[in-house]
Amino acid sequence: MLSVARHVQGVRASGIRKFFDIVAEMSDVISLGVGEPDFATPWNMREACIWSLERGHTNYTSNWGMLELRELICRHLERLYGVSYSPVNQVLVTVGVSEALDLVFRAILDPGDEVVIFDPCYVSYGPCVSFSHGVPVHVPTTVEQGFVPAPEQFRAALTPRTKAVLLAFPSNPTGAVADRGTLQKIVDIAREADIFVVSDEIYDRLVYRQPHVCVPSLEGAYERTILLGGFSKSYAMTGLRIGYAAGPPDVIEAMMKIHQYVALCAPITAQKAAIEALRDGEDSVREMREEYNRRRRLIVKRFNDCGMPCMDPGGAFYAFPSVKGFGLSSEEFAERLLYEKRVVVVPGSAFGECGEGYVRASYATAIDRIEEAASRIADFVKSLPSAVSVG
Amino acid sequence: MKDLHEILRILEKDGRLTAAQVADMLGRPVDEIEAIIRKAEEDGIIRRYKAVVHWDKAGEERVFAFIDVKVTPTRGFGFDDVAERIYRFPEVTAVYLVSGDHDLRVMVQGSTMQEVANFVYDKLATIDRVQSTATHFVLRRYKEDREIFAEAEEDHRLAVTP
Repeated sequence: MLSVARHVQGVRASGIRKFFDIVAEMSDVISLGVGEPDFATPWNMREACIWSLERGHTNYTSNWGMLELRELICRHLERLYGVSYSPVNQVLVTVGVSEALDLVFRAILDPGDEVVIFDPCYVSYGPCVSFSHGVPVHVPTTVEQGFVPAPEQFRAALTPRTKAVLLAFPSNPTGAVADRGTLQKIVDIAREADIFVVSDEIYDRLVYRQPHVCVPSLEGAYERTILLGGFSKSYAMTGLRIGYAAGPPDVIEAMMKIHQYVALCAPITAQKAAIEALRDGEDSVREMREEYNRRRRLIVKRFNDCGMPCMDPGGAFYAFPSVKGFGLSSEEFAERLLYEKRVVVVPGSAFGECGEGYVRASYATAIDRIEEAASRIADFVKSLPSAVSVG
Repeated sequence: MKDLHEILRILEKDGRLTAAQVADMLGRPVDEIEAIIRKAEEDGIIRRYKAVVHWDKAGEERVFAFIDVKVTPTRGFGFDDVAERIYRFPEVTAVYLVSGDHDLRVMVQGSTMQEVANFVYDKLATIDRVQSTATHFVLRRYKEDREIFAEAEEDHRLAVTP
């Protein structure tokens, strides 16, 4: 009997897919379900791609990524966070952070090794661990803790098989940002247990209240941390698929070996855009961040005003309001909201069991669309029977 | 001052936002924002609120021209008195003092090319101390007030992504 591998069978397809199929058949839909910026890639980056295509730069690059790009990434990390990496053997350019995630787990996990992951979290963390024959250990966090794990929770989740802990702040889906003190304690525990720290910092440039804390810059973190970063969110170039991993030479070397055989290199055209982003992208980042920040304050207020308590998210471009007052599961809420008011949000349950009772609403959408969506949501909430008791 | 500038940046993009919306976007009390906006209006910092109109699409023919004007400056006034005589004409939509070959750049709107030509011939070129004019008719507008007219504003993104 022909069958796919058990460890792949065991992974469920993303719950988001279902909503995508429903939306495809509707019109006049406002989507707050989008996990990517609404801005087009800044023109200077698109223009750099065009220029490179005109000159025929369509060849392979070094497996590591273009040296110029790696050098710029190193300079960028040094300037922003004071962490130094060698462009020669400590940085690998990947096909988005997605590929880097896959590579890092394949590089560090033996079958049965455990990775501690804090929920609610991005949909691919658990599956990526499973695909590498590892075991994801999901630790729930709550809104009371600001969706930031308590160090004791982490300690309690450790077993002799724990090989790594995954940190991802700012967080998709909650928008949570972890404070320096908590991160330092988690790093201290990881050091005691002698395990890796994998830190997905794709949203590092989108923080609104305090400067981003780069995990490898913490005391004792550098030599055990694999930093994953990328260009998709900060520079609005999701479809160009450029990410990177930076960390200890032996791990990056191992990741490069896998990358070399499965991807060869990230697309050169996209690498050119990334080079331009690092050379001349700061103004665009600042402008986009300012605009997101305005939308963020607005959407959070709209949710709180309509009876959907919402934590003030410190980063990314997501709000994660509660739908617990309405006697519906987050999936029922999202489905009815879509059918009745044509607004897309993603049920929190798609991001782990403890995401149940919440929905993720992306504010990577123009202000007038957010306002329209918010008023439709308010109408919808008013129509729900238990809304009165929430008021 | 920082608040004022942030509010101006917001309103420059969308003048229809209410003070309450701007307040929510900045996380500030609405009466504070109202006061700042009112003061900016009173001080002439905010001149007025308007729509950016794509007249070609609206089906109304309008002719625009840039007219570069060479002027002999005069003691005490420089170019200001000539500029004033020009900008008071209602068909003039903008006047700038510019560096380069010419002194004033005048933007004129009319309903036909003939009308604009007549304006230049009769009114502009005949002003004292105007030495010469060079008229450039606008053939097509690609972008105005940061608005790209040629492009359809479409959202290419998938409706739901992780």
